[in-house]
Amino acid sequence: MVSAVFHSPLEAKPVMPAAKLAAPSARPVAAPAEVEPAPRVPRDFRAVWLRVLPPLLGFALLVLVWELVALRSTTGFPSPLATWQQALSVFSDPFYSKGPNDQGVGWNVLSSLQRVALGFGLAAAVGIPAGFAIGRFEFLSRMFNPLISLLRPVSPLAWLPIGLLVFKGANPAAIWTIFICSIWPMIINTAVGVQRVPSDYMNVARVLNLSEWKIFTKILFPAVLPYMLTGVRLAVGTAWLVIVAAEMLTGGVGIGFWVWDEWNNLNVANIIIAIFVIGIVGLVLEFALIRIATAFTFEEVKS
Amino acid sequence: MNDDSKYIAIQGVEQRFKTAKGSFLALRDVNLNVAKGEFITLIGHSGCGKSTLLNLIAGLTTPTEGVLLCANREIKGPGPERAVVFQNHSLLPWLTCYENVYLAVERVFAATENKAQLKARTEAALALVGLTPAAQKRPGEISGGMKQRVGIARALSMEPKVLLMDEPFGALDALTRAKLQDELLAIVQKTHSTVVMVTHDVDEAVLLSDRIVMLTNGPAATIGEVLAVDIARPRSRVELAEDPVYVHARKAVIDFLYTRQAHVEKVAA
Repeated sequence: MVSAVFHSPLEAKPVMPAAKLAAPSARPVAAPAEVEPAPRVPRDFRAVWLRVLPPLLGFALLVLVWELVALRSTTGFPSPLATWQQALSVFSDPFYSKGPNDQGVGWNVLSSLQRVALGFGLAAAVGIPAGFAIGRFEFLSRMFNPLISLLRPVSPLAWLPIGLLVFKGANPAAIWTIFICSIWPMIINTAVGVQRVPSDYMNVARVLNLSEWKIFTKILFPAVLPYMLTGVRLAVGTAWLVIVAAEMLTGGVGIGFWVWDEWNNLNVANIIIAIFVIGIVGLVLEFALIRIATAFTFEEVKS
Repeated sequence: MNDDSKYIAIQGVEQRFKTAKGSFLALRDVNLNVAKGEFITLIGHSGCGKSTLLNLIAGLTTPTEGVLLCANREIKGPGPERAVVFQNHSLLPWLTCYENVYLAVERVFAATENKAQLKARTEAALALVGLTPAAQKRPGEISGGMKQRVGIARALSMEPKVLLMDEPFGALDALTRAKLQDELLAIVQKTHSTVVMVTHDVDEAVLLSDRIVMLTNGPAATIGEVLAVDIARPRSRVELAEDPVYVHARKAVIDFLYTRQAHVEKVAA
């Protein structure tokens, strides 16, 4: 489920098709990572062309199919242009608030992000130390691996009723769901990272007779960090997937609830806008974490 | 002190490994005494258990039979008094050269010395191997020879009673290797360390050792022959080339390796 979602963001350009409708020749709007490397080869227009043209064509195809579907639709499926105009009005005032059930898209996104941050933060606080312990001590690994194997494939939404029952509230239940879905990748990746610390490094620790604290700070933690960050990245991605579904069920303020609310209002244009917003936010999260991960990855230095 | 000729004593050591195909006898019936301040090399074909024997002395593994003693005490585990220079240098890539050495210095001397003294020790160790300019670089930024020198500096900085080296120069080119061998000779001359070094290079063994321990082919390898190299120190590689003792010793080792212990298909890499 997870791997299918985590394609590299470098391949998919986060271009809002809506923006392209307004200015078809404009450069991709939200793709700083793609634009930056271009100056390195300023004269090689073919390479630039190859970078710009295919993504543009891809989005053009999307808009075309969308337009065709809208034209043939008898159920009021909005055309790209209509959606674009709706988007302009939605984004003209993203932070209005008219009661708990009618708030701007900005508030909805921020509420969802807050839930993700809370659930994910708690999962990191529990999952990463647990991963270290499971990776370091074989006994714990044998003790918890069956449990993890059993619980990990369960859809996080199946935990939502348990959360509602235990926490007696929609918001904590949603956070609980995020917690459950993001803890597994962090535990597993951290544990695998600990188990894969090169035995040479551990032999150094043994010869120097380092204390467990020194082993952790000087050897285990830096060696595991790249694995851990991969776990964090997978966890954030999954959490962002799950929050939309969880909010559809729990209600309140949030991007998932917004989608469901607009469905009840039969405002399909807003649903499409929400899909793009969800996509872009997910991409930004993913991209930021990849950046962090590369900054902390040390090349293997074996001669 | 009480018995310097048996500073390291290996008595009836046997090492078996459990593998998927059952137990594998790597070493059998190994008996060896290493005197204090002696330079010993272990030589033999690939897979004959040289590194296994070194790991046993280091305490990284424990023998299935027999005893290993260091200064009359049983070797029960690894410790900083028996420093190891690993074959692949094993520097921590996220620490600078200075920090890699400091980690070792701190572990051994932090209890008795202050920060300035620890710093001085670290710098001295790096200076000893000629790496003061690279102190603030990470292992990924320096050459293989330099990394190996940091590994040696780290080992020496602990002022170990015994220096154990596992093919320390194996991955280096011939010129760098010769240079580091000369440096090692000078350092050992200065520090009077007891050294056990694994090698498969005959010239290296003869140039550096007081005694060369030749291992028979594995599995179930054991010590085939021990050759004393009676050449005065300091030794110079240029003068030795024509020294009859050197030539004789070299011939003896080659004889052992390639006539009596010749592999059927596999010759030492």
